[in-house]
Amino acid sequence: MTTATLSPTDLSKAALFEAQAVKTSARRNRLLSLPALIIIGVFGVLPLVIICVYSFLVAAPYGGVQWQFSTDAYLNFMFQRDIFDDTLQFTPDFLIIYLRSFLFAVVTTVICLLLGFPTAYFMATRPPAQRNWWVLLITIPFWSNLLVRTLAIMFIIRDEGLINNALLALGVIDKPITMLYTNFAIQLGLLYAFLPFMVLPLYSSLEKLDFRLVEAAYDLYATRRQVLWRVIIPLSKPGIIAGCLLVFIPALGAYVTPLILGGGIHLMIGDLIAQQFGSGRNWPLGCAQALILMAAVLVALYFYVRNTSGKVQHG
Amino acid sequence: MAEPRVMDIKDQPGFRTIAIICLLVLYVPVLILMVFSLNSGSLVTHWEGVTLGWYGTAFLNEEFHAAARNTLIISVTATIVSTICATLAAIGMTRVKPWRGLAAAFMVINLPLMVPEIITAVATLSFFALIAGAFGLNFGIGNLILAHTVFCIPFAYMPIRARLEDMDLTLENAAADLYATPWNAFKRITLPLLVPGIMSGAALAFIVSFDDFTITQLVAGPGQTTLPLYIWNQIRRPMTPEINAISTILLLVSILFVSVSFLIARRRAK
Repeated sequence: MTTATLSPTDLSKAALFEAQAVKTSARRNRLLSLPALIIIGVFGVLPLVIICVYSFLVAAPYGGVQWQFSTDAYLNFMFQRDIFDDTLQFTPDFLIIYLRSFLFAVVTTVICLLLGFPTAYFMATRPPAQRNWWVLLITIPFWSNLLVRTLAIMFIIRDEGLINNALLALGVIDKPITMLYTNFAIQLGLLYAFLPFMVLPLYSSLEKLDFRLVEAAYDLYATRRQVLWRVIIPLSKPGIIAGCLLVFIPALGAYVTPLILGGGIHLMIGDLIAQQFGSGRNWPLGCAQALILMAAVLVALYFYVRNTSGKVQHG
Repeated sequence: MAEPRVMDIKDQPGFRTIAIICLLVLYVPVLILMVFSLNSGSLVTHWEGVTLGWYGTAFLNEEFHAAARNTLIISVTATIVSTICATLAAIGMTRVKPWRGLAAAFMVINLPLMVPEIITAVATLSFFALIAGAFGLNFGIGNLILAHTVFCIPFAYMPIRARLEDMDLTLENAAADLYATPWNAFKRITLPLLVPGIMSGAALAFIVSFDDFTITQLVAGPGQTTLPLYIWNQIRRPMTPEINAISTILLLVSILFVSVSFLIARRRAK
């Protein structure tokens, strides 16, 4: 005996299906995405393929490449060929720059998280009107010119900058403290550059926090600290991961900050890569270095995708 | 016993202080840079008095003119092209039955956001060097416009797509029920509702193009100096507050466009 009864859920499914059918009436719509895909495909994806190819070629003496297969670019990353007996010698110079950049990026991410989380939480717990102002105030530096913002840091920490002038005037020091062109300057610049990249995704995750859970925790005699560590932080994990990624990836590949605040003495990966295309005149090596950076980024992205339900979040 | 009678459950001790410190850290350096653009002395660090003279110096500077012209040509063209492409793509990816390759297409659109800028920069440089070498093709300033369009597309795409997804489909369905052709339904219903998203996307595309330094620096040929490149060239010479004045102009343009984009998005949310 078969009784075909339509439950309410079936009915809403049918309605949904009908809506879907209208929605898809113009199936040709998918062709509309072609211009964007072609532009990004030709001028965005193809160039990446080209640097993959270039990384297996030989450097031309005045920049550019010679069409001759070679794995020297990758070998040169870690080894240097001895001029006399043609043996490979381990040279960790590039590796050290990669490790330094990694360290810079990790420290930047951690400090941004320590400062950004309380800020984002404070923003998310303001009344709605006030909240909008806070978001705008963090959004402005997010989109402001990075070069100019880095310049602002440079003006402050120079030998004749505001900090040194103030300390000299107060008689705390009798000669300026060198801060510009040091590791400290790069670290400070990275923090300054990427702090908003941490706050915004954290905020968008904390804004949706269900405070009834916090209330329940207090009802069960949790202390403030317990509520923070065992309720609020675990619930905002997607925002924390997104924020860390949005800081870590650009910090790892930072170019402007070490260029201006490191003064070409303290290099990061970004400057190293650019150097191979400029004074270094070794394009294949630069391409190989770029691809190794890309691999690191892909590892970070894989970690992100695995930890979120495939939903793309954006500050 | 010492518990206050009414406890705010949302409160966490010390968070307010950290939030205020964050704001100060973000704004004080930039504000100092802006204030020194009004310095009547010729040093970027010693305050002598108020003047608008450095803005005058900048506006009379031929190099600044050329840089401003290049920047506007590049960012306006890149904004228009990328916003049109992004709008079409957003419709093609939300108002259709999920098609095979949709996820891949979404990844391609967002690719410029995931690749570190320096990699995009050297890749684009290699690409244009290759087509210049192999086919003798050089689009001049068009090289920069194309490079900018690529990374502007995802920025324009995000708010437009968000707007399309939030939109109430009943209006479009009603139009279809009343025998509107798909084109008419789009022109009379979807497009007017989509305008805030498009404007917000265009504002973001304009900012990222206007401010770009890394990609522009590597791809730009001789005579293609943009405003950020002009600032970079100035940093390496003895500096005067003229650099502060130009930096301030750049910051104000960013602030204007962010605020516009932000306000449009907020009004939508209400």
